[in-house]
Amino acid sequence: MYYHYPLYIRFWHILNALFFLLLILTGLSMQYSNPDSPLISFPVSVKIHNICGIGLTINYLLFLLGNIISGNHKNYRMQMKRMMNGMKKQIYYYAIGYFRKENPPFPVTEERKFNPLQACTYAMVMYVGMPLLCITGWGLLFPETILDNIFGLSGLKITDLIHVIMGFLMSIFMFVHIYLCTLGSNPKGNFVAILTGWHHVDKVDK
Amino acid sequence: MSGKIIYSLLIISALVICISSLVQGKQDQDDPENLEQYKLVSDFVKENEVCFVCHGESKYQLVDEFFGRTITQKMCENRIIHREDYYISNHKSFACVDCHSDEYTVFPHALELRLEEPYQCIDCHGYDEDYAHYQFEKIEEEYLESTHHGVTEEFSCWKCHNPHTYHISIRNTENLKETIIYDNAICLSCHANFDRFQLLTDRSGIDIIQHHQWLPNEALHFQNVRCIECHTQINDSILVAHLVLPKEEAVRKCSECHSSNSILMHTLFKFQAREARSEYGFLNAVIMNEAYVIGANRNYILNLISIILFGLTFLGILLHIALRIKNKV
Repeated sequence: MYYHYPLYIRFWHILNALFFLLLILTGLSMQYSNPDSPLISFPVSVKIHNICGIGLTINYLLFLLGNIISGNHKNYRMQMKRMMNGMKKQIYYYAIGYFRKENPPFPVTEERKFNPLQACTYAMVMYVGMPLLCITGWGLLFPETILDNIFGLSGLKITDLIHVIMGFLMSIFMFVHIYLCTLGSNPKGNFVAILTGWHHVDKVDK
Repeated sequence: MSGKIIYSLLIISALVICISSLVQGKQDQDDPENLEQYKLVSDFVKENEVCFVCHGESKYQLVDEFFGRTITQKMCENRIIHREDYYISNHKSFACVDCHSDEYTVFPHALELRLEEPYQCIDCHGYDEDYAHYQFEKIEEEYLESTHHGVTEEFSCWKCHNPHTYHISIRNTENLKETIIYDNAICLSCHANFDRFQLLTDRSGIDIIQHHQWLPNEALHFQNVRCIECHTQINDSILVAHLVLPKEEAVRKCSECHSSNSILMHTLFKFQAREARSEYGFLNAVIMNEAYVIGANRNYILNLISIILFGLTFLGILLHIALRIKNKV
């Protein structure tokens, strides 16, 4: 058992998950808004989306601050060559090795919290996806701040397009992330770990 | 001391700039070159000058021939018609006396002339094959059902469509934003100007900003859609809806506009939509090209890619689950 997730990280993660799920639901409601069969009514969606967007941004700023103070950023660092090989191994494990009951190539240890695929994906999500999503989201919240024209195209439309594309990509990340969490020592293991802080490692993980 | 001199110089130069701009403005209006330009669109420029010499200026002169003196007076603001506005209006080719009594050419004008019933749109444009396409008869029907008609007997087409300055903008616009500003200014000329508003109603005040505060991004809505988008009943058979609804019946449901079946396609983007239908094959491409409307902006390619990506993701997950069950992992 390794204590990988202190209380503040668990609290941060749960808030992030909550904001994200609500943002996906309300975002889809607005993008595919239909007066006859609304998933969530448009004005309610707008309100929830705005509140959760502000919440997610504050949470993200806390993440950046926390990473600077706590040294958590080390978990995302890896050499490019090692990372590429590691990712290949991890993908192979999820696609084939897992069914052959092979041992995971990068089990959780005292020092290693993320496997290379996790480190790379989480880094992309937190350092590319989130800033783009938050900045364009704030732009759409205060549209008067957006440039009217960017290279001959409407600034508002470009902002919207980036926001929607990032929203789609982050949603896909969410679904895959939640599913992959069921591949732990047992289907509930990783969910229990993020709630209690203790990561259980059984024989397979080792 | 030097400070006073600099201050005086600044005041004098400011005054010189003001006066020169006034003189310039006056010269522009009287400029014979401008009149020549107007002759390109009207055969009655010379005849109309009899009226414009007073009504095209901010002041007019009364001559007392008996005592040989001249009195200069300020022209009442709502009696001023700027030549540059008139000669770009829909009625630019008309002589003033085509619509007004030729007795107006006598000055001072007789008081009874003011009580003359002015022509309405339908008087000239109605039941005429040349104007059949515009369906003025249906417009008249819609107006008679509209909330404006019931307000007061004094309400007429002219309250919104000033016959001296009005020009069509939405049908052939290349700049939708300018058209929106122009069209909204027509509504705001009364609904945001109590001086004019009180002439037609006994209501004690107006607060258009307050009443629209429920709209998210209120200012953005004002800039990007016309008032009539929400305040009229859509009628696809006429070019622009004229059935202005009571405020209680105005559109308040966001998804009426913010959805793939946006009512804006039948109002604001109606003319572009007609042209674009054949070009793009799907309506919302028009909104994508013209504006940003959440819920109505649906990029066909992006939607397709996102559906494929979501589909593949779920398929991958389902396949993985199936293999887990099969291999009992």
